[in-house]
Amino acid sequence: MFKITAKASVSAGIILHNLIDPTKNALLTRLMRRVHFTAAELPRPLAPSALHDRYENGVITVAGVHPNVGLEQEQEQTARVRLQRGFKLHRLSEGPDTMVSLTQAEAVRYYRQMKAIRQIEAAANRLYKERMVRGFCHLYTGQEACAVGMRAVMRPEDSIISAYRVHGWAYLMGLSAQGVLAELTGRRSGCSCGKGGSMHMYAPNFYGGNGIVGAQVSLGAGVALASKYRQNGGVCLALYGDGAANQGQVFESFNMAALWQLPIVFVCENNNYGMGTSAERAACNTRYYTRGDVLPGIWVDGMDVLAVRSATEYAIEFAQNRGPLLLELCTYRYGGHSLSDPGTSYRSREEVKEVRRKSDAINRFRELCLDYGLQSQEQLEEIDAEVQTEVQNAVKVARSDEELAPQYLWADVYAQNIEPRLRSVYGYDLMHARSKPT
Amino acid sequence: MLRSRLTQAACAAQRAFSTSPRVLAKQMTVRDALNSALDDELARDDRVFLLGEEVAQYDGAYKISRGLWKKYGDKRIIDTPITEMGFAGIAVGAAMAGLRPVCEFMTFNFSMQAIDHVINSAAKTFYMSAGAVNVPIVFRGPNGAASGVAAQHSQCFAAWYAHCPGLKVVSPYDSEDARGLLKSAIRDPDPVVVLENELMYGVAFPVDDKVADKDFLVPIGKAKIMKPGKDITIVAHSKAVETSLLAAAELAKKGIDAEVINLRSIRPLDVATIFASVRKTHHLITVENGWPQHGVGAEICARIMEDQTFFELDAPIWRCCGVDVPMPYAKSLEINALPQVKDVTEAAIKIVGNKVGKAAATAGK
Ligand SMILES: Cc1ncc(C[n+]2csc(CCOP(=O)(O)OP(=O)(O)O)c2C)c(N)n1
Ligand SMILES: [Mg+2]
Repeated sequence: MFKITAKASVSAGIILHNLIDPTKNALLTRLMRRVHFTAAELPRPLAPSALHDRYENGVITVAGVHPNVGLEQEQEQTARVRLQRGFKLHRLSEGPDTMVSLTQAEAVRYYRQMKAIRQIEAAANRLYKERMVRGFCHLYTGQEACAVGMRAVMRPEDSIISAYRVHGWAYLMGLSAQGVLAELTGRRSGCSCGKGGSMHMYAPNFYGGNGIVGAQVSLGAGVALASKYRQNGGVCLALYGDGAANQGQVFESFNMAALWQLPIVFVCENNNYGMGTSAERAACNTRYYTRGDVLPGIWVDGMDVLAVRSATEYAIEFAQNRGPLLLELCTYRYGGHSLSDPGTSYRSREEVKEVRRKSDAINRFRELCLDYGLQSQEQLEEIDAEVQTEVQNAVKVARSDEELAPQYLWADVYAQNIEPRLRSVYGYDLMHARSKPT
Repeated sequence: MLRSRLTQAACAAQRAFSTSPRVLAKQMTVRDALNSALDDELARDDRVFLLGEEVAQYDGAYKISRGLWKKYGDKRIIDTPITEMGFAGIAVGAAMAGLRPVCEFMTFNFSMQAIDHVINSAAKTFYMSAGAVNVPIVFRGPNGAASGVAAQHSQCFAAWYAHCPGLKVVSPYDSEDARGLLKSAIRDPDPVVVLENELMYGVAFPVDDKVADKDFLVPIGKAKIMKPGKDITIVAHSKAVETSLLAAAELAKKGIDAEVINLRSIRPLDVATIFASVRKTHHLITVENGWPQHGVGAEICARIMEDQTFFELDAPIWRCCGVDVPMPYAKSLEINALPQVKDVTEAAIKIVGNKVGKAAATAGK
């Protein structure tokens, strides 16, 4: 549960207005940089009755919302945390902060987001086992801190592109759990209306969702080029795996990004394996943060949401003012490569257990929150329950919604179709259409 | 579930028109056919080696190379990083220098990362060197739509590669095709693209003893008549052969006797077999899971137009192709995106036209 005064919750505008107070400027600019309101983060609209129930003494207690930087921010407890593991630097004399602050609101948000991703993936796994999810389904379980840490410091003008392990990112970039899960079950309320499936999800400033290993990296450099071209100050985070890190076009993109000083952060999520090939068997240099040659790089503990946040904050600033750089997030996937891979032939069960036991991002963060008194055990359990309800409700729709009507098979081929008719199995008898209103 | 449904369909297709006597009890999956073909050729010729993503220690993403790394070791079975452009180039270079690489693309969708080497390096070198340097390489892997993997992972490259002089392109349907064509491809002195189909890997087909022979080969460039017939010719390749056989069984119930041709090779295209069949049936449909425009069916239509066989046609040729859209993910949409048995029977009935009426009338008497 998170409390916001009724007044404060009226609009982000009021909140921002109240934040502009010169005496609090340093903290507040920092907060503003860090916390942005996007659809995913703003309170979900509540049904009127729910709203009524929770309105007590002028204070709305909103269940299940992403916590807000409310008016009480300043009074809120803020912890100063020393990161457990430092950064390793390549061609940088100084790196990101290793002493970071964490407010109560942030703690709730990060915990909630990581939990939500884990629950969404657990639901995806169940739906797959029930054969409601088809084809490939790549889970992000184990890697939650990467996405949540990066998302925490993305500004409205920043964008992100990744490969096919993107259910969590789709959620963080503003899609609902239902939009994600219904896409997995191929239903029309899915975020791509069931046409894209697990690998192809998109949202504003989120360019997918790419099934071709490595392709997203040059596309990301293109998104960065567009930002620079339009001078909108945006930085693109282009995510790729340790396996993808070997693709030629990744290096080609490093080179052009450096030549043209594109505002891009190349983020290698090193989970130690491609499909069944360990990083060492695929790369002659597994210090991925050094592989940009002249581009600076930072090695980051990707199982620590605060380390990822600190590094990304630094990297975004760096990319905008000083040019492209690399981050290597050292992380781990708990499951197989996709749900059709048991993930046990090329690594031992012990290895997986060991990582889960020692480094699990959510457990580590939970303990941190408790240690610093930012959240109580009960509060965290309450978040767990909220997330569970949110995901359960999403699963219900993902199961019961329908697939798109047949005529949407030939929708969306062109933004501007100029063929009189598209071709069916035999004969030119299909009228082009659009799935979503334009 | 999917596997067993497929197997049933293929068996039904098989049962419907078994041309050989029922003594062939032995069953072989397409996967085992490919695996044993690789095994034979690796044993036969030490210039042959296999490289690709996950082919060695993981036994292949689709287990086509199962057991081969254990048997032949690191030198002959090579795991590559996910770097198609690079390893395809390395494979072509090795072939130029006299080795016989089998370059596996985890799926043909990823061959697009490397298409420059397939075409500019492999297909053209013999010509550019005026016959001095040949490129005996095989590019192989699953092609075409798999199940529920959406647009970037479901498409047929038959027309893409068959477009290019210098390449040979084969597209096996059953176990006999798969084994015989892959062995021929490995022994061939030119670059051969072998387009397999993931949905067929687990399907078992009856094979007779000659197929298991170490020197069993299916010639590149020859089609196979899967079922003879006199009323209409249905030409298909890969999984569409199954659709066509099932359609032919349906048509038989309606008194239409269809001849089903399995192309086996896309380039060279065995037009002689197609022409001979059309001269007999005077009707033709092509069936493929790829897109229509400039596709395999389009090429067959053009070849007939350019030949005297054109005058043998009693009706226009119809192509049954994948719907002209990228592949959607949702199941109901995906099913509708590919030619179904009912599409082929409908098309056939429309083409054969009043013959159906006549046949039905005769049957009624
Ligand atoms: C160009 C291309 N080649 C091969 C594949 C098949 N494939 C999909 S994911 C994958 C492994 C990628 O590993 P990594 O980049 O480490 O990402 P992770 O799955 O670990 O997140 C492979 C080989 C593909 N999708 N695209
Ligand atoms: Mg990886």
